[in-house]
Amino acid sequence: MKFDTPAGQNPIDQLKVVGRPTSRVDGPRKTTGTAPYAYERHNVAPNQAYGYILGAGVAKGRIVRMDISEAKAAPGVVAVVTTLDFPAPLPLGLANIAHLFGGAEVAHYHQAIAVVVAETFEQARAASTLIHTEYARAPGKFDLAKEAPDAPLAGGSRGGGSGTPPIDRIGDFAGAFAVAPVKIDRTYTTPGESHAMMEPFATIAAWEGDKLTLWTSNQMIAWSKSSLAKILSVRPENIRLDSPFIGGGFGGKLFVRADAVCAALAAKTARRPVKIAMQRPLMINNATHRPATIQRVQLGANQDGRLTAIAHASTSGNLPDGEPETAVSQTKLFYAAPNRETYMKLARMDLPEGNAMRAPGEAPGLMALEMAMDELAEALNMDPVELRVVNDTQFDPEKPNRPFSERHFVECLRTGAEKFGWSRRNPKPGLVRDGKWLVGMGMAGGFRNNILTKSAARIRLEKGGRLTVETDMTDIGTGTYTILAQTAAEMMGVGLDAVTVVLGDSDFPASAGSGGQWGANNSTAGLYAACLKLREAIAQRLGFNPTDTIFSDGKVTAGGHSVPLADAARGGALVGEDGFDPTDMSKRWQQSTFAAHFVEVAVDSYTGETRIRRMLAVCDAGRILNPKAARSQVIGAMTMGAGAALMEELAVDTRFGLFINHDLAGYEVPVHADIPHQDVIFLDHPDDKSSPMKAKGVGELGLCGVGAAIANAIYNATGVRVRDYPITLDKHLDKLPAIA
Amino acid sequence: MKSFTYERAKTPRDAAAAVARTPGAKFLAGGTNLLDLMKLEIETPTHLVDVQDLKLDRIEPTRDGGLRIGAFVTNTHLAADERVRRDYGVLTRAIVAGASGQLRNKATTAGNLLQRTRCPYFYDPNMPCNKRKPGSGCGAFGGFNRNHSVIGGSSLCICAFPSDMAVAMRVLDATVETVRADGSARSIPIADFHRLPGSQLPVGEFALEPGELIVAVTLPKPIGGRHFYQKVRDRSSYAFALVSVAAVIQRDGTGRVAFGGVAPKPWRVEAAEAALPQGAAAVTAAAFAGAAPRPDNAFKLPLATRALASVIAQAKAEAA
Repeated sequence: MKFDTPAGQNPIDQLKVVGRPTSRVDGPRKTTGTAPYAYERHNVAPNQAYGYILGAGVAKGRIVRMDISEAKAAPGVVAVVTTLDFPAPLPLGLANIAHLFGGAEVAHYHQAIAVVVAETFEQARAASTLIHTEYARAPGKFDLAKEAPDAPLAGGSRGGGSGTPPIDRIGDFAGAFAVAPVKIDRTYTTPGESHAMMEPFATIAAWEGDKLTLWTSNQMIAWSKSSLAKILSVRPENIRLDSPFIGGGFGGKLFVRADAVCAALAAKTARRPVKIAMQRPLMINNATHRPATIQRVQLGANQDGRLTAIAHASTSGNLPDGEPETAVSQTKLFYAAPNRETYMKLARMDLPEGNAMRAPGEAPGLMALEMAMDELAEALNMDPVELRVVNDTQFDPEKPNRPFSERHFVECLRTGAEKFGWSRRNPKPGLVRDGKWLVGMGMAGGFRNNILTKSAARIRLEKGGRLTVETDMTDIGTGTYTILAQTAAEMMGVGLDAVTVVLGDSDFPASAGSGGQWGANNSTAGLYAACLKLREAIAQRLGFNPTDTIFSDGKVTAGGHSVPLADAARGGALVGEDGFDPTDMSKRWQQSTFAAHFVEVAVDSYTGETRIRRMLAVCDAGRILNPKAARSQVIGAMTMGAGAALMEELAVDTRFGLFINHDLAGYEVPVHADIPHQDVIFLDHPDDKSSPMKAKGVGELGLCGVGAAIANAIYNATGVRVRDYPITLDKHLDKLPAIA
Repeated sequence: MKSFTYERAKTPRDAAAAVARTPGAKFLAGGTNLLDLMKLEIETPTHLVDVQDLKLDRIEPTRDGGLRIGAFVTNTHLAADERVRRDYGVLTRAIVAGASGQLRNKATTAGNLLQRTRCPYFYDPNMPCNKRKPGSGCGAFGGFNRNHSVIGGSSLCICAFPSDMAVAMRVLDATVETVRADGSARSIPIADFHRLPGSQLPVGEFALEPGELIVAVTLPKPIGGRHFYQKVRDRSSYAFALVSVAAVIQRDGTGRVAFGGVAPKPWRVEAAEAALPQGAAAVTAAAFAGAAPRPDNAFKLPLATRALASVIAQAKAEAA
């Protein structure tokens, strides 16, 4: 279905099922242990052996030799596959920067160098320690601050925005900034972050002749199928991926990782199915992370708060051929100003692979930009909400004839300010006390693009009247099963209980997949298209005129005749299959989502510990397909933002070239006790340019701006500005009020 | 995990003898730390002697008015004991500030004292660590050392002792009761139980002989006062202390104080406690004289002062 004009009135607008808070249809399976994750699929292939990945013990260099004789002789060992079994690295899959296996070169710490297969997990793990590896270490670059001054300019393809040449210039930034009556020029830093999802990378691989099946945990089935074909030199039609349930991904599972490659290679050698779950200490350095950034933001404004000049520069690091963290993307689009300059620099480094993590670009970018806006508001003696209101734009600031499809950022700001009690905030920082606590409020704007992409699905009316939806779309914990069931139910005029949704199988039509908050809108739009086809087929079989056939209450009605939907399948199942093709809709209109985040914190005046007291997000993200699931997405994202603001940091050992805090004791993410009451408000503005669903993404929007809102609240509490995330107590302790 | 043999001892003396006569043997109590380390092959015992049948799971009054806590008493049980909550509040508060409910249900009193460090260099076998591999160096000394010791360490090892419970035990002047392989008993003051790394390899850790088994920890009779355990950390729960303060403060402002998260052992300098009535800065100036913080953790010194000031302020507020 080509989507090339704004959507008109359609069956989704009935909102009998779509748009209603709906408990997840996979909930009973999740809570009864009958929604197995990849590693738990004990019955899909007989005689599964256990694989265990050995990671490189150095960050850079060459393997001189490996002695696997002891490991091979260890109890229970079935096979040992080493990277030296391959003369050169295996080809890269889509978006892989470092090779996943093969050859003697070590490109980063804990890169997979061997996989041991044994009858039990314990035997495989024990045998892995008996592999003796001799390395020729090479020097590497591991310190971003040291490499940043010489980093060259770099474009970047991720993160959207309106074009990413090395330097984007509009007007005369330098001239306008020089004469701006009020200005801010600050540098902010964000650390590397880990996805730290609950379910590790995990795969069961089995070969039947040339055919390979992988039961795995992956967000993007079609991408990963073609990537595995390339990496393993297997014809795509001989590969099947199945990933129906995923215990979190956050972008870490967008691309093929070492678990899938090692399981496939090991299963071939062992000549039996092999299962691998990556051990937690390998998760951080073997896989990808959100790269650290050093960002400079310059804002120039008139006394009335109107921005005259905006510049944002971001430096990050990555392995050779890697991409920059696109932290300047939102700055191209968020606020009006006639003079603008944005660019990125990319240092070539030897730390593990930097790649996409939830809201890549915007998440760290807004942590800088929205703190700078807070600093500008203070310099202007202006309310931070009002500063954002006066700088709103309804057009792409770089292309004034290209409007936003829908943009209700000001309504987010006004609604949030009212509901949160923003007027009670003391604009002078450091003055509100509650016993030993310094109390403050902060806010920030949130921005994340709405990405349109192709997505296909199939829906079958079974004999007996049930509907089965099939697509390779994934549910990474987001509620995809439920919104697809809602979409099918709405389109076909049945209840949710008449719909079965089956996901994650590469034999099904290729969907948008889960990533970049594009999953919900595109995958439901694909199913919408398939449902239209099925409706036509049903009308045709029943002899109804398709254009005036109504699907409602389990019945098909046209021209005064009404028959039960099930009757249409009496002569055999009927299938509708189609896809959503968004054509150039996101070029003609800038499609984005908006939020206003409000936070109240208390900082212990003695110890500097920050405790969040309240959080509110007001989101403008088109039609909300399932407010219950969407709220869960947003509060989860707010929690992730709390982690980014307060504690999450991949600690780099610049001598050995690794993230040294590589487990969940060292890499702290928020616990329940860190998270207070969270409120989420969704504005009701369906976007007819996004798809027939009129929905947009929301899963990443919830993270965008949260970190800065917390940081700004801390500043309001303490009067101490910390520009180096995370804002741990040591960074402001010496500037807190003196103690008695 | 290396293969190992396993037995369940029937008496403390048998257990001690079994470990003493078997090279590479270790006691197994709750296993919350040991089993994790065995999976990573940081601990590689050849033989485990399980102490769960030794009837060391009781808390009993002593003749001089104190409490004798069996080595196998779980952290949960100890923290919840009515006598402990009433008379040794600092101990309950310290225990519940540590780990998680699940871990405290399994972790034992003796095991808590015998925890290994949580230093990330200790946990990664590719990294240098004199505690794990004597002579390989201290990865943390010139590396990531935000969570490490500011006093009591050496260039050979700057790990911090992770226990909360032990800091309270130290402020209460507990005594560690042991049985040796020959059946003889010994009492070790908690102050002497944890050894500083020193300047020679291997780095010191516990004042136990091979096979020596902790059977109990004894608390002297209650000392009254207000009991505090303030644990400062990067998240609200389930994190090791950056700095902790265990304190018992009397109505007149005198008292005792020990610090956690700052040294390879619970850090208490009795001579510094005389300064308590003068305020936190006077106490920490004496308690941390000779401190040698690293670049990442110098903040722990002012933090210790401020955390103690917070405790003193609470004590004053409660006394008023």
